[in-house]
Amino acid sequence: MITNIITWILQLIFVPIMAPLCVGITRKLKAKFQNRKGASIFQPYQDLQKLFGKDEIISKDASWIFRCAPYIVFTVTIVVGASIPLFASSINNTITSDLLVIVYTLAIGTFFLALAGIDTGSAFGGFGSSREMTMSALAEGGFIFSLLTMALISNSTNLFMISQNSLLLQGHFFLSTALAFCGFFIIVLAETARFPFDNPSTHLELTMIHEAMILEYSGKKLALMEWASANKLLIFIAIASNLFFPFGLAQDLSASAIILGIIVFTIKIGIFCLVIAILESSIAKFRFFRLPDLLIIAFILNVIAIILIY
Amino acid sequence: MFKLFLKILKDKDKVISINSIDTKQAEVIAVGEKIQQKVKKLFKGSLAIRQIDAGSDNACEQELVALSNAFYDVERFGIHFVASPRHADMLLITGPVTQNMAEALRRAYQATPNPKIVVAVGDDAIDGGIYKNSYAILNGVSNIVPVNYNIPGDPPSPKTILCGILNILETLEV
Amino acid sequence: MMSTIIPQIIFFTVLSFFVIGGIGSLLFRKNDVLANRWSSFFAIFGSVIGLFFVALIIINGYDISFSLGTLVLPLFSVSFHIDKLSAFFIFIISLISLFCSVYAIGYVKHFYEKYNIGFLGFFYNMFILGMLLVVSSSNWLLFLIAWEVMSITSYFLVIYDRQDPQNVKAGFLYLIMTHVGTAFIVLAALLLYKFTDSFDFRVIQANSSLIPLSIKNIIFIFAIIGFGTKSGIIPFHIWLPDAHPAAPSHVSALMSGVMIKTGIYMMIRIFLYMIWPVPVWWGLALLILGSISSLMGVLYALTEHDIKRLLAYHSIENIGIILLGLGGALTFLSLNMPTPALLSLTAALFHTLNHATFKSLLFLSAGSIINQTHTRNMEEYGGLIKYMPYTALFFLVGSMAISALPPFNGFFSEWLTFQSLFQGIALLPLYEKLIFILAAGSLAFTGGLALACFVKAFGATFLARPRSAEISHAKESSFSLQVGMGGIALLCLLIGLYSGHIAIFLENIVKDLEVFKNTTSFMSVSGQSIVVEKGFGSVSSLLFFVFFVLVIALVIGVIKFVINRNQKIETGSTWDCGTDLAPRMEITATGFSRSIIMIFRGILRPSIQHDIEYHDAQSRYLPKSRTIIFGLHDVYQSYFYQPLYKMINAISSQTKKIQSGNTNAYILYIFIALIISLLFVLWR
Repeated sequence: MITNIITWILQLIFVPIMAPLCVGITRKLKAKFQNRKGASIFQPYQDLQKLFGKDEIISKDASWIFRCAPYIVFTVTIVVGASIPLFASSINNTITSDLLVIVYTLAIGTFFLALAGIDTGSAFGGFGSSREMTMSALAEGGFIFSLLTMALISNSTNLFMISQNSLLLQGHFFLSTALAFCGFFIIVLAETARFPFDNPSTHLELTMIHEAMILEYSGKKLALMEWASANKLLIFIAIASNLFFPFGLAQDLSASAIILGIIVFTIKIGIFCLVIAILESSIAKFRFFRLPDLLIIAFILNVIAIILIY
Repeated sequence: MFKLFLKILKDKDKVISINSIDTKQAEVIAVGEKIQQKVKKLFKGSLAIRQIDAGSDNACEQELVALSNAFYDVERFGIHFVASPRHADMLLITGPVTQNMAEALRRAYQATPNPKIVVAVGDDAIDGGIYKNSYAILNGVSNIVPVNYNIPGDPPSPKTILCGILNILETLEV
Repeated sequence: MMSTIIPQIIFFTVLSFFVIGGIGSLLFRKNDVLANRWSSFFAIFGSVIGLFFVALIIINGYDISFSLGTLVLPLFSVSFHIDKLSAFFIFIISLISLFCSVYAIGYVKHFYEKYNIGFLGFFYNMFILGMLLVVSSSNWLLFLIAWEVMSITSYFLVIYDRQDPQNVKAGFLYLIMTHVGTAFIVLAALLLYKFTDSFDFRVIQANSSLIPLSIKNIIFIFAIIGFGTKSGIIPFHIWLPDAHPAAPSHVSALMSGVMIKTGIYMMIRIFLYMIWPVPVWWGLALLILGSISSLMGVLYALTEHDIKRLLAYHSIENIGIILLGLGGALTFLSLNMPTPALLSLTAALFHTLNHATFKSLLFLSAGSIINQTHTRNMEEYGGLIKYMPYTALFFLVGSMAISALPPFNGFFSEWLTFQSLFQGIALLPLYEKLIFILAAGSLAFTGGLALACFVKAFGATFLARPRSAEISHAKESSFSLQVGMGGIALLCLLIGLYSGHIAIFLENIVKDLEVFKNTTSFMSVSGQSIVVEKGFGSVSSLLFFVFFVLVIALVIGVIKFVINRNQKIETGSTWDCGTDLAPRMEITATGFSRSIIMIFRGILRPSIQHDIEYHDAQSRYLPKSRTIIFGLHDVYQSYFYQPLYKMINAISSQTKKIQSGNTNAYILYIFIALIISLLFVLWR
């Protein structure tokens, strides 16, 4: 009973606590590739702490949607973060762990983020929302289908059931898993606003997608938005690593298995951050109208993966 | 591609270390309202800078751009540049404030949330510099917005600016 | 005996309330206020009794059929048959007309002194009466009469605001298209009569084995064209985006939320009840039609900047989603898998209910906005959330419901549809599997694009600053409009929260059909969650909502009250980079969706037209003004209807040559006809 409660609490707070570390590691690795020393990997925590200490200025054109959107977006990432397999696959969650519930709950976050961008009536927020909705609309097909491939292999749309599937551990269905993973990786880059879709550290508003919508935020609300963005990165890395490669997940709720699960998960996060950092240091951001081609490629890879299952 | 990465990883760091900074070069003049201690403590771990070009001749901008390169690497102190005044803690203002940029500067100042630090970088920003008393300018930033610190120089070298900022945050004891 | 008389009496009470409402409104037409109140109140009473009637039927499990009077004509009998499926559709009609009638009490006020309110009340009540008769009739002739009543009354309602010539044109197109559809339905009915010798639905069902397969295929095609025209399946949809916006808003809500569902009802009746069993390709054809309708519907919606046209295109998209469920059900049944078919049909019916609620909510909100701002063009709106906060809240609820965001009702019906398509991908052989993958893909993209479209609609209408001077004079709507909208919004949330129970309820309704007798259930409700096929998927609406609310309360509590309590929040102006922000600098509805239109330009075929006017036409150096017109190539007009029209015209002008005006030629024709008929008789 106690271990149950501890596991649940750990599942709930794991994503918010580890997410800034994830962003910090990625930035540090990128700095290394630029031959710089870069900030420490705990810098995002200090950024958030500073932002929580600042005052805010809210535009007089903003409505209650602008004020409520950070809370809703942040809550969405916590709810989704608690519903995906992080370090244990034996948690029995039938409330929020369904594939479609995850996709559409994240869509609630995107909806309110886009509305908050339009709300203040600045030019940047408006076109940021437009671009974000275009990318999100096209990425949703690939997202659902890559998760669907794994669901069909495991005969369940519950994410915990998929990660428990022992067939994946034994290496069956390798080709379908590999193709679905390639498709899903493209979606990870799209939804977390990384290269080649968006540059997370740009100052040029004309090239922004995600950053443009939060230009009007300050103080605590900005902290929540940045934290939610980091949470989303960790959520997608978690889905990518634990659904497609469920090695090392705790199969029961004993303490040793959970600690092993956390360590393996941290290693997986490190590998993904390394890959993303290498990618961001090697290629340039694509022109906006080349991005739908990438997203449709992701969709088609997943369709092929589904056909190859049978 | 991989050869390039290997070369980068094998190279030694060329970034200047904080201990080698000549503290006498950190000339920062405090003017205006004194920044409180707790504000400096808040910004010590992480500082977001918004750079405003109030009609400058771009000499100072070049030096500020150099702050982000591999040699000076201002990011290792937790300092980064941001795109919007709403995200900013410190306003670095360059240029002698031309007539056309006065209103924009004022609005940027009002759009920055408290607590904030305003620094005028370069001789032009402090009192008009080499353009002093021209018909087109308003003789320095302090005539438009309240300034907290001045960093003199035409333009000040990146090392000077870096030392200046660290001095303001009291990361560096002078 | 008593148990069958009482429902009949109640049913006729319902019908008579609408008749009295209509005729009374006509009699009181000289007095605007009285006519409006009379028609609205009688519609409200009729709807409430209709809801009570449906509750009676479903709780007691009645399956009522009765006919009135003695048969004067050999084929025609006023006979009704109300089983659970009909009761469900009567429920939808009554529910939506209840809220629309409450809304109408306040809304119609802006037609006072302009038009004759008595006729509005009359046609409104007759329209609802027609729809009730359509879903409850059991005889083809009675059905056709009711169908015509529904179409003609809605035509008069569409052209009600006749001072705008666009509305009259829209009404004319609607009249023609609906009669083309009715013609195909009549042909289908006649074919059915020829092979089963009866116009009665139950007799046809009993004799369905007498119909050969080739005739069934032809009936299928006629039924698709006929009912598809009424439902708005692409490519028969061209009347929908013109007619639904033209009508008064509460009528638009009824037309879009309820009338187009009567086409779906009849398709279920014919395919699953009357001419069962059916070949596999029917289900696959419906799936393909559904995929195309949903994708094209949402893409066209993205191109619109007229708010009611945008909502009309979304109706086309949602009919596509309902067809996905229906097509899946037909495919599973034809392949002898009734259990997944149960799931598909439940999903289709659930989406019918949900679409009726959230589409009516959206149309009523749009009507409330148009009432205050006197324009339908979204480019002139902006910042209305500060002037009309309640309307904005209800529109937000409708937008979240239609974009399938939990915890509102749209998510759960799309979840069921997805699950049924996933079952198809898992269980079926390769050829059908590919079509199910196509359907699931189109549903996935539709969900994303609909979300984008409603960010645009809500954002351009309510957020940012007003884009024209007149908008700032808008005020919140009156009480009856708010009650009408608020009731449906609350319903959207409640249906979403209790979707588990409602899904089981609908499954029982579907099981009532003959083809589903003795099939095991595909879903179960354990606790609060719907579980599909022993754990393939499960979702729990109430628990999800509770979890979400708890977390958001925790977050708000911690962030606002624990961390940095002394934070000051000031108000300033939007960061404008130093220049003044004009309304022209905000994102417009057209600009918002321009990226998506350019991405899909192969399908949508956008066109840009540039016009330049120069100061000096000779030298053409200094432009005085530039005009850029964004438009869409009307694909259906140029590739489908125009060639059809030209072909019919060509045939007509050729046949016209027979009428030469020469009497001798006519005598020759009679002579030839006589010879041919004599030969025919002799040969027989």
